[in-house]
Amino acid sequence: MPVDLIKERYTTKVGEVVLGATKAEGGTRSQTITVGGDSTLPFLHFEGEVPNRPVIAMEVQNMVPEWSPEVTKNFKDVIGDPAAWAAKCVKEYGADLIYLKLNGADPERGNASPEDCAETVKKVLGAVGVPLIVVGCGVEEKDNEVLPAVAEAAAGENLLLGVAKQDNYKTLTAACMVHKHCIIAQSPIDINIAKQLNILISEMNLPISRIVIDPSVGALGYGIEYTYSIMERIRIGALTGDKMLSMPVICAIGYEAARAKEANAGIDQFPGWGELAERALLWEAMTSAAFLQAGGHIFVLRHPRSVALVKQSIGQLMIK
Amino acid sequence: MALTGLDIFKLLPRKNCNECGVPTCLAFAMALASGKASLEACPYVSEEAKEALGSAAAPPIRLVKIGAPGVDHEVELGDENVLFRHDKTFYHPAGVAVEVGDDLDAGALAARLAKIAELVFERVGQRYTVDLVAVRNVTGDPAKFAAAAKAVAEKTKLALMLVAEKPEALKAALDVVADRKPILAWGTPATADAVVALAKEKGCAVVLRGAGLDETANLVERIAKTGFKDIILDSGARETGKVLADLTQVRRLAIKKKFRPFGFPIAAFCAEKDPLAEMTQASVYMAKYASLIVIKAVERPQVLTLLTWRQNIYTDPQKPIQVEAKLNRIGEAGPKSPLYVTTNFSLTYYTVEGEVAASKVPSYILAINTEGTSVLTSYAAGKFTADAIADALKKFEVEKLVPSKEIVIPGYVAVLSGKLADVSGWKVIVGPREAAGIPAFAKERYGRSS
Repeated sequence: MPVDLIKERYTTKVGEVVLGATKAEGGTRSQTITVGGDSTLPFLHFEGEVPNRPVIAMEVQNMVPEWSPEVTKNFKDVIGDPAAWAAKCVKEYGADLIYLKLNGADPERGNASPEDCAETVKKVLGAVGVPLIVVGCGVEEKDNEVLPAVAEAAAGENLLLGVAKQDNYKTLTAACMVHKHCIIAQSPIDINIAKQLNILISEMNLPISRIVIDPSVGALGYGIEYTYSIMERIRIGALTGDKMLSMPVICAIGYEAARAKEANAGIDQFPGWGELAERALLWEAMTSAAFLQAGGHIFVLRHPRSVALVKQSIGQLMIK
Repeated sequence: MALTGLDIFKLLPRKNCNECGVPTCLAFAMALASGKASLEACPYVSEEAKEALGSAAAPPIRLVKIGAPGVDHEVELGDENVLFRHDKTFYHPAGVAVEVGDDLDAGALAARLAKIAELVFERVGQRYTVDLVAVRNVTGDPAKFAAAAKAVAEKTKLALMLVAEKPEALKAALDVVADRKPILAWGTPATADAVVALAKEKGCAVVLRGAGLDETANLVERIAKTGFKDIILDSGARETGKVLADLTQVRRLAIKKKFRPFGFPIAAFCAEKDPLAEMTQASVYMAKYASLIVIKAVERPQVLTLLTWRQNIYTDPQKPIQVEAKLNRIGEAGPKSPLYVTTNFSLTYYTVEGEVAASKVPSYILAINTEGTSVLTSYAAGKFTADAIADALKKFEVEKLVPSKEIVIPGYVAVLSGKLADVSGWKVIVGPREAAGIPAFAKERYGRSS
């Protein structure tokens, strides 16, 4: 007798967000990227649609970052030049998007002016055809000057701009409204704040089809399970009628995975853990693999080999 | 078909003897109804009641124990109750088996076993290991298989698994390692009767493999009817997406419908050839419901990531892992060494400890009992307070070890510094917000004095 399979019938689905804009749409991207739209839990093709595969954004900065040599050795030729760096990520490593972190705007890391930052964004836009994610340096006062300048300079490009937080979302939301960009709404591993922030942003009339949730990810071995469960609950919320949890999810993994001791400590320090090179790339890839199962849509990575590995994994999971 | 707690209660002896570990029969009945207890815990239950309660009272997924007690590593598989860890927790971490082919020559086999023996990891105060060695009959030759099984059994204390298509190969190998009670894989619709007969004789568990869920269910139903219950499922799928779908269906049907043929642990055999891709594949099965995962990867960085993921996903969301609240000495700390204070949440503590060690400045770390919560959470909850820190300084007589009476607090709770200085009489230094800032901070402030 055939087994009577359980196919859940969900009432709603994850919303779709379109990133980037082509010439016809008022931008200059060679193609747009759509994320979200899932009508089931991650990759359960037997009961719902996964219309858009999860995508990979590679991180680029407007300064020379103090990253592990395991990562920077791949970018030696381009690391001082965000445009060339971004181009390499797309051409050589197949990045779906570029995640440009304007860390150089930090008053303690070069203090690049809003105009400089906007110029960098323009240069990167000129160097690649893929849509762009642009985030600030994390110093709120500075980001509130930098991001509106970026939004204005790249008006019409439909960037994904971040990050908005519960106590600092108005400036960025307004900039996204006026210059037609999408926004990253970041919450500190807290589903209630995630929801609340989405409500606050939509109350300023930014449509929810232009919001992406950043639940704040932890790395493998460093609290990953907290975000994992929050993301599972966000997905279940999206599928069961909670509009304010229905946005696609971005996982800024590169930064977190790179902070893990396992991605940095040499075999001389921890002989039991084996060679660093493989550990460093796997730490990023395995963190990503875990979040693919929790419902992530955009994965921000740094390590070219982990990009390849995660892409391959997504390819396998997308086979019906 | 599921009985309510009251239905079950009527069939119990109603002695309230407490021997099952639950104070009353009614409470035990409720626990049975929700699948949280097993009828076997009641020493006085009648045969008649057993019959009636049998399937209704059994946990949705049977617990299968692997390995010979006292001889080797014992592994418990199955006995899960939820689909999402946030609903309660996942209970029995998936067993990880590393494959060894019987086509390896003696040297290659010894080398591979040596690598497997090294797959023991210490991180964040915990010890992770793989659980089984799966000997695989690659050659098809029963004699070679038996020889390999014997060689493996002699060299490892891990639990064993014998993987072969032919029952005669399984029999030959089982004859030489029967005392280890290996898992036998596979019993298929064609071979299950012979394999299960071997398993019954030697007290082993069997992986029953059908081609797809329907055939697997039919096979399990047929075998379970004979009274054999040490079953592990294998739907035969090997593509990641298909395995994910099958693992999900099996778990759902077992938990939500109490579908008995799927009320057993399930195995996932990784098929990716590249070991790194194999790890991402295994991570899917680890997250989604496999109770036994068979891998070929043996390099430490690879297996470390998979076992770390297992530790994380099987962490009880209700019980944060804690370290003992005490004063810890890092390196050759002496009277001029810095003293850091943090919480006893293991994640927080080990992050701080790691960075303190990386600073290469011998130091003390005082872990405060915050019931396993992080710095900001425990501060918000009033558990990481000036008084709590001052009390700990006294309790552990820290003054004797750190006569300078200087203490470094996390930057996030800089607000505590005034009060702490007042109640403790210590000089309070505000340290970095993130543990990652400790090496630079230590170098700057304590670099020359140690």
